[in-house]
Amino acid sequence: MNSKSISAPYLLWMIVFILAPLLLVAYFAVTTPEGTLTMEYVSQVGEYTPVLTRSVWLAFVSTVICFLIAYPLAFIISRKSGAGQRSMIMLIMLPMWMNFLLRTYAWMTILEKNGLINRFLAHFGIGPLNMINTSGAVVLGMVYNYLPFMILPLYSIMVKIPDSLIEAAQDLGCNTRQVVTRVLFPLSVPGISSGVIMVFVPSVSTFIISRMLGGGGNLLIGDLIDLQFLGNAYNPHLGSAIALVLMVLILLCMSVTNQFGDEEKGGIL
Amino acid sequence: MKKFAALVIAAVAVLSLSVPAYAEVEVADESYYTRFQGQGKTLNVHNWGEYIADGSDDSLDVVKEFEELTGIQVNYTTFSTNEEVYARLRNGGANYDLLIPSDYMIARMIRENMLEKLDFSNIPNFRNINQSFLNPVFDPTGEYSVPYTWGTVGVIYNKEMVDEEDLGSWDLLWNEKYMGQILMFANPRDDFGIALKRLGYPMNPENTEQLAQATDELKKQKLLVQAYVMDEVFDKMIGGEAAIAPYYAGDAITMMVDNPNLDFFVPNEGTNRFVDAMVIPKGAKNKECAEMFINFLLEAEVGASNIEYIGYSSPNDAALAILPPEITENPVAYPPEDVIAKTEFWKDLSPELNLAVDDAWTELLSSDDQYSRWLVPVFLIVALGASITINVVRARRKRRERGMFGTNYPARRL
Repeated sequence: MNSKSISAPYLLWMIVFILAPLLLVAYFAVTTPEGTLTMEYVSQVGEYTPVLTRSVWLAFVSTVICFLIAYPLAFIISRKSGAGQRSMIMLIMLPMWMNFLLRTYAWMTILEKNGLINRFLAHFGIGPLNMINTSGAVVLGMVYNYLPFMILPLYSIMVKIPDSLIEAAQDLGCNTRQVVTRVLFPLSVPGISSGVIMVFVPSVSTFIISRMLGGGGNLLIGDLIDLQFLGNAYNPHLGSAIALVLMVLILLCMSVTNQFGDEEKGGIL
Repeated sequence: MKKFAALVIAAVAVLSLSVPAYAEVEVADESYYTRFQGQGKTLNVHNWGEYIADGSDDSLDVVKEFEELTGIQVNYTTFSTNEEVYARLRNGGANYDLLIPSDYMIARMIRENMLEKLDFSNIPNFRNINQSFLNPVFDPTGEYSVPYTWGTVGVIYNKEMVDEEDLGSWDLLWNEKYMGQILMFANPRDDFGIALKRLGYPMNPENTEQLAQATDELKKQKLLVQAYVMDEVFDKMIGGEAAIAPYYAGDAITMMVDNPNLDFFVPNEGTNRFVDAMVIPKGAKNKECAEMFINFLLEAEVGASNIEYIGYSSPNDAALAILPPEITENPVAYPPEDVIAKTEFWKDLSPELNLAVDDAWTELLSSDDQYSRWLVPVFLIVALGASITINVVRARRKRRERGMFGTNYPARRL
């Protein structure tokens, strides 16, 4: 009873700022400017399939790369002493104190044709390499910006896995590979699933990274939505429809990863 | 005694407020500006970023001077695209008294009945405006807008990277020699305008056929384009990252100061001449204060300091008269008559053409043939299938485990 009254403000906040906007997006997506019901805008989203695919693909690639970098790193950090852990986590958080735009902007200077990397390579007669304005640069921007969101949940789950468990597995005849696949991995699944969501969701909907590092020549789904609201034709209905499709897609991905996470929850020590 | 001292301090404070020591702007008619003194009025002004002298670099702090002169509090906010202003007005969330959008957006706002007619008896300084700006195509009756700045679009190029014989035409932007060194606008109107002009059509497309041809041209050009940019052009051109970029003359001057290797020309096919003008939106709460601000911006000295700060060209003859010749005789900002004669203003496009422009723009930026159309549906089905399978398998196993152990805890499966 009492907890209900405490949660009231949060509930109100959620209704006003989360639920209502979501419903508004859905409403805009299926109505015309005159207010009549239509499926035209939703079916129109099909035109942008290549953009959607490209966004999902780039987000997928950067999520995988984030995972491959973050997983060993999170394990290494979790095995360090208390002070070591704190300073490592601090170092990972440090770039996030800087503005997101500024960090992405800095990558522009690093990757450009006259940028830091190419100027360095020129000393050895290599280059200039074409790095900026490519899909690779966009993926790099995503990985760089969202890596901490993968490391932190993985670290917080791994720090709870005691050394004794790994030793026990080794005592019982597991080799290193088996320790990872049969002990570490299953126990860290909840961290993996929240890390994947935390990286995938912002990556798939980003627009500023592709604009700054991708050269603006190839749209991502975020750019497309931005274009509908702040573009020449001002079509919030189509914009909402694209946003709706994107939300359904994310929802699907989340439910899939959640299934994996949920499965092992009973086994967490 | 103490009381007396306090009184003196108060009196000095009041005096220094009413007669500001540094309000040095000379205005044509000072009594006109004092009408709203002490009424606590607030004026909401919405302008482009970096588009008014703000007191930095020894310029005049225009907003502050206006506040001291009139006693009207100015709430000054900025925007970065015309479309942003339009969306804000349409959403109805914001309340502005004065906007300074560009020509084509003003035409659209007039058509959609979003602007208030101006009372020119409140804007005596309108006589300072050059004849050629009266009744422009975007505001044919001249009832809604007062021009603030203007400029042309031209090509900025790096003298060290571009051969001289290639200059002169929009063809430079389609020259395969400069593959990967060309920048283009990240906004559809300017890019399509250039492509249309190069094809010999008017910059404002007349039908979708012309637009389709322009789209094809831009698609061909896309292979040569390094990036589609707006303000990033400053960094890329000044740093020598790109060789060629079409951009606004006023910004070209700024870039040429930072990198002396840069130069600017207006293509001989003709170009766009844009005007940013002051308008009052429907429902403005302080229309008369807004008109007073417009009048203040048209004062010779204020107009001159704004132009010095912004670098764009001025439609204000009185301001031009007191600006130094190195500004008013700069051919980039004030091109000769024959160049001006070949320029076109933006017009408002019909809603159908507007939509077609947007479609063509998205098509241009997403024409990537590596991906097939059925990938997303397949992905959706696979994802759905996987999610259902996982659910079913899990439910089944849970049931089995519960049967074996008679408890709610699933056994560890290691």
